Amino acid sequence: MTEKSFMAGFGGQGIISMGQLWVYCGMKEGLEVTMFPFYGAEKRGGIARAGCVVSTTEIASPLVTTPDSAVVMNEDSLPLCEGIVKQGGTLLINSSLVKTETKRKDCRVVKVPCNEIAEKIGDGKIANMVMMGALSKVTGAVKLDKLEPVLKSFFPPSKHRFIEMNLKAIEAGKSAV
Amino acid sequence: MAEEKRLMKGNDAIGEAAIRAGCTAYFGYPITPQNELTAYMARHMIDHKRTFIQAESEVSAINMVFGAAAAGARAMTSSSSPGISLKQEGISYACGADVPCVVVNVARSGPGLGGISPGQGDYFQATRGGGHGDYFHLVLAPKSVQEAAELTFEAFDLADQWRMPVMILADGMIGQMMEGVTFPEPRDLEKLPARPWAAGGQYKTHRPINHVSSINLVPDELEAKVHERFLRYEQIKKKEIRFEEVNTDKADLILVAYGTSSRVCLGAQQMAKALGIELGIFRPISLWPFPYDRIAALAAKGKRFLTVEMSMGQMVQDVQLAVAGKAQVSFYGRCGGNIPTEEAVLAEARKLLGK
Amino acid sequence: MELAYGHPKSLKPIQTKYCPGCGHGVIHRIICEVIDELGLQEKSIITNPVGCSIWADLYFDIDSVQPAHGRTPAAATGVKRVRPDHLVICYQGDGDLAAIGTAEIVHAANRGEKFTTIFVNNAIYGMTGGQMAPTTLVGQKATTAPYGRDPEGAGMGYPIHVLEMLATLEGTRYLARGSVNNAANVRKTKQYIKKAFEAQMSGVGFTMVEILSQCPTNWSMDPQESVEWLEKNMIPFYQLGEVKNTLEASK
Ligand SMILES: Cc1ncc(C[n+]2csc(CCOP(=O)(O)OP(=O)(O)O)c2C)c(N)n1
Ligand code: SF4
Ligand SMILES: [Mg+2]
Repeated sequence: MTEKSFMAGFGGQGIISMGQLWVYCGMKEGLEVTMFPFYGAEKRGGIARAGCVVSTTEIASPLVTTPDSAVVMNEDSLPLCEGIVKQGGTLLINSSLVKTETKRKDCRVVKVPCNEIAEKIGDGKIANMVMMGALSKVTGAVKLDKLEPVLKSFFPPSKHRFIEMNLKAIEAGKSAV
Repeated sequence: MAEEKRLMKGNDAIGEAAIRAGCTAYFGYPITPQNELTAYMARHMIDHKRTFIQAESEVSAINMVFGAAAAGARAMTSSSSPGISLKQEGISYACGADVPCVVVNVARSGPGLGGISPGQGDYFQATRGGGHGDYFHLVLAPKSVQEAAELTFEAFDLADQWRMPVMILADGMIGQMMEGVTFPEPRDLEKLPARPWAAGGQYKTHRPINHVSSINLVPDELEAKVHERFLRYEQIKKKEIRFEEVNTDKADLILVAYGTSSRVCLGAQQMAKALGIELGIFRPISLWPFPYDRIAALAAKGKRFLTVEMSMGQMVQDVQLAVAGKAQVSFYGRCGGNIPTEEAVLAEARKLLGK
Repeated sequence: MELAYGHPKSLKPIQTKYCPGCGHGVIHRIICEVIDELGLQEKSIITNPVGCSIWADLYFDIDSVQPAHGRTPAAATGVKRVRPDHLVICYQGDGDLAAIGTAEIVHAANRGEKFTTIFVNNAIYGMTGGQMAPTTLVGQKATTAPYGRDPEGAGMGYPIHVLEMLATLEGTRYLARGSVNNAANVRKTKQYIKKAFEAQMSGVGFTMVEILSQCPTNWSMDPQESVEWLEKNMIPFYQLGEVKNTLEASK
């Protein structure tokens, strides 16, 4: 199994954190992982992106050019993501912020109202965690089960009080698809 | 017991590996895309009560390394392409005075300021002795965060063993990406190799005085010194050549690439396999010394080569030297901070194979 | 008064890429106002540094030259010697000028090079993401000074008063320090720039204006906090005003 995912959104939506946590959980589940955060001069206000690969075998290219799954967190990222997602792949769309319909007919489209779900749980900022739950359910690549100890080792102790809410968001994301 | 795997950026992993290898003095100057490495050293060298200085420039940083290493420290500096150009003067002096040290280049795209995205356009500078004078030094090119850590750890030993600077030639991709990595046990600082030639500590042994210097105005003496160094280079060529091969026995066409582009080639090779096309991979790990002989042997078996680089074609010249006209050598490259894609490499290979 | 608020001709009418609250944009604007007031738009050349303001050439509607990090005063020397009748503006940040380019600025000043240096002191490396600068204040945190600048304990040295240091050199004729924290100081800084440019065009020696400026992004503050931090911490340390003025003496 090799799952290549591409995640995009605006700076501040926690795209890089989502990518990082996705591969961290994958690593803890015994997978080979790699994550390349796009870095560039347009950090401020531009599109934040991360390419993630998780695999049961050695990972070849860390550069994700034709992802199996693409995560679209905001409207601006849609053209970018639908331009590269693999035929037969999956487009995961944050329908709270993305209103345009995708032009792609040859791949599976999964809409998740991430911000609405996150706000119901208590904080719009964890929309990225909702999406990560959905990504897990749809791809099955990273299971995201027995997550609590994993999150405890990922976040510094000062952030442990947010773990419960993050867990809820991930679960809600899983159930939403 | 082995430590748990950690998820780290290449830049951070290089820093951690250096600290574990017993690096006691680090000097750097900020530059993208290696800033995390300098920041990692700022925090952890201070925590370990070792020497960390943010120098006023790369010229200073490499000369601080020269001084610290000449006085017996395991010293290191890191930078990215424009800063590495400034370090070339100091590297030439370190080679001329046989001073061991570690220099990390998290390369970006040039020339000039160029861009901050990954590049492999510093190959000539790294492998030909980028400063003035007759010299070479070891150059090791990691393909992953794990290998970046391993090669950095080893680089300190190699530097001591061969008394020369060792360069880790990475790129912005290796520096910025996160992968799982495990580290070897930290070195006991008390048990690092002795440096009887270094300055300082004469009071303990009353040995004759040491001069760490590259100057010699007597042509015959200087020539003898350079000859001695080149004999050492011959030893290094016998012992330190490293490379990795994938499927080179079955395939007729072999992709030659190092670092990030070798990962892309591996992807292309796997895609080809799924289509029933055999491709091989030859990945030099030591760029100096370069594995000429092994490539020549593959050429003698009738293999063809496609060199893939994030440059306009630099390592390809070494491949051509190796095959000495006896095999076809093609080139595919991207530059300006672009990375070749698996699809493009595969297409190039299929064009050459006609299938 | 109306004119002062119009858009300067020599500044392109586009939104800058600088972060909200960044000082560079205001500084560009007042430089351009002075260029316009002196009628020098087509007779000005800017050498822009390696730093966030490397993008100056996107905004200044005048010729520009972009040299290597810190070598800006050397390049400006070349430009001015070849184009002595032009207004040559050497724009530099604190890392560019006071770290990697220390030799270049000292020797350009000492030779009395007849260009004007605009030295933007934001006490941090902006472009590379918040490393310690030579002008970083004692105790101020930076990615390479994670526990704060510690001059002696960690051997990080003290913040440098660049103007006061250069004032000892015979070749320097006009050295002033301004700030862009409020409208009054912006106006005063503009006057310093105007004096420096006029002096340059009359052919006297080295002129330079240091400008204290906010970098909210790398100070990890919002724009308002950063203005307050500058007022509370930078202005008391880097005193505003003319540090050296020997222009009258040469008349
Ligand atoms: C030789 C070299 N070393 C390092 C760099 C990386 N670099 C780019 S800008 C910069 C410092 C910028 O700080 P400053 O001059 O204070 O300008 P600011 O961005 O704060 O305005 C550095 C170190 C470079 N471009 N070239
Ligand atoms: S990083 Fe700082 S200096 Fe650079 S544009 Fe942003 S606020 Fe301005
Ligand atoms: Mg600055």
